[in-house]
Order: sequence, then C-alpha cells, then structure tokens
Amino acid sequence: MIQVIAFYFFATIVVAAAVMTIMAKNPVHSVLWLIMAFFNAAGLMVLVGAEFIAMLLVIVYVGAVAVLFLFVVMMLDIDFAAMRAGFSRNAPLGLLIAAILLAELLLAAGAYGAGGIQLGTPDGSAMQATDSSNIEALGALLYGRYIVLFEIAGIILLVAMIGAIVLTFQPPKPGARARQDVGKQIRRRPEDATVMKNPEIGQGVEL
Amino acid sequence: MIGIEHYLTVGAILFVLGVLGIFLNRKNVIVILMAVELILLSVNLNLVAFSAFMQDLVGQVFAMLVLTVAAAEAAIGLAILVIYFRTRGSIAVDDINRMKG
Repeated sequence: MIQVIAFYFFATIVVAAAVMTIMAKNPVHSVLWLIMAFFNAAGLMVLVGAEFIAMLLVIVYVGAVAVLFLFVVMMLDIDFAAMRAGFSRNAPLGLLIAAILLAELLLAAGAYGAGGIQLGTPDGSAMQATDSSNIEALGALLYGRYIVLFEIAGIILLVAMIGAIVLTFQPPKPGARARQDVGKQIRRRPEDATVMKNPEIGQGVEL
Repeated sequence: MIGIEHYLTVGAILFVLGVLGIFLNRKNVIVILMAVELILLSVNLNLVAFSAFMQDLVGQVFAMLVLTVAAAEAAIGLAILVIYFRTRGSIAVDDINRMKG
C-alpha cells in the first residue's frame, strides 16, 4: 500500500513540475522546477529498485546539468519578456500535437498491458542475481559484457568536454593582459631592481 | 498494485510535456533545451521501468548511456548558446538564419 501511495505522490509531483518547467515565465524558475522533476523521477526509479540510476540522476542532473543551465541563464543578460511573445500564438497547435501524441502513447501502453505483443523474453544471462545488490549487479554487467559501450560513453563525454572548451575559448587579445616573459624575468639582476638610499631624518624617499 | 502501465503512463506524459514545451517556448532556446532534457528523462524512466519489470538489467545500462549522451548534449548546446549570444547579443531562435539552410 505504501508503494502505491509513494508512486502516486512522486508521479503527481514529477508531472506538475514538468508542467511548471515549460510554463514558467522566468527561465530561472524553469530550471528549479526541472530540478524538482528530476528529484521525483529519481524517487520513481528507487521505487522499482534501480537505486544506482536514481543516484546517478540526482548527481549528474541536479549536480551538473541543472547547475550548468542556471549558470547560463543567469550569465546571459536577456529580456525574457520579449521571448514569450509567441507563446499564445503557438499554444493551439502545440496542444493539438501534444494531445495526439499522448493519446497514441497511452494507446500503446494499454495495448502492451493487454498482452497484444509478445516482446522477446529476457536473455537470462543479464538477469539480476537475487543475492547481489543493484549496484553490484550493474557494475558486473557494465565492466564485463558492456565494457565497450562504457568506454564509448567515456569518449563521448571527452569529446563533449573538449568541444565545449573549444567553442567557448577566447584567445587573449594582444596587449590586453600582462603576459609572463620568462627570459625577461631570468635576465633581471638584483642591481637593476634595488637601489640603496640613505635619506635624511624626516625626509621621504624619491623613487 | 503498481504495474508497468503506470510507469509507461508517467513516461508518456513527461514525453508529451517535453514536446509541448518545445512548441510553446519557440523563442527561448534555453527552455527548449530543458524540454529536451525532460524528453530524455521520460525515455530513461521507460528504460528503467522495463528493466525492473522484466528482470533484465541491460535496460539500466542503456539508461546510463542515455544519461551520458544527455549530459554531453546539454554541455555542447549551452556552449553553442553562449558563443551565439556573444556574437549576436540575443538568443532569439527566429534570428538564427545566418547559414540560410
């Protein structure tokens, strides 16, 4: 019973947060609602026993992606009121397409529930062992049978990282900033840099 | 009792909300990117639900790969957004026609 209550609680909040994400006037609020949606989706995933994906969702999305969004939204100085000009004009078409899509997807889910299509039976070799935890089983699968996929994922992340750096890197303008000249620093001698002065009492030092 | 249909319904609603968000916020690239994240979240939810209900962990491996690609896509998309704003001073989608298809 408690699972049912938890499911409906998480599901309601995730849908409400998603609605607020796309309807909020201020993109900062949109990002915060998106974080809420991710948290509750992680809750839904915990309910079916996928703890690792749920924690990954919280760490990767809430910790990295959502903060990146917040950073960009706050860094760009944009008049957001003008951006919503076409909101009501696009609404009827968007709602129509959304209604059709939702009807189709629910039809598909209902047909699946009625047992219309027999999906392939799971292979068994990937089945979760009952005596190991979710993370343990997932790790064995990820570092064993799917090691190539795992490494490809790493390469994708590397390419994305280098791509983002290359895209946003600005070469420093000549003369805009003091650059370090190692040769000049090494050539500098103490006698060029310091002088001995013996000022009178009460007098300052003229440099 | 909660069955797989419940999870599929939540995933479907999230997916549709993401698509609707792209239509409603046609001018705001940031919200469009967030709507794409919502769509990818719904896909992940479906993968995890099927993985759990069919007792097959491969679905969660795929969900992790979707997560990876989503993070990479967000980073690249926001980087493109930043350099576009730097050169043009706006991020209005209607103005993005310089390459003229």
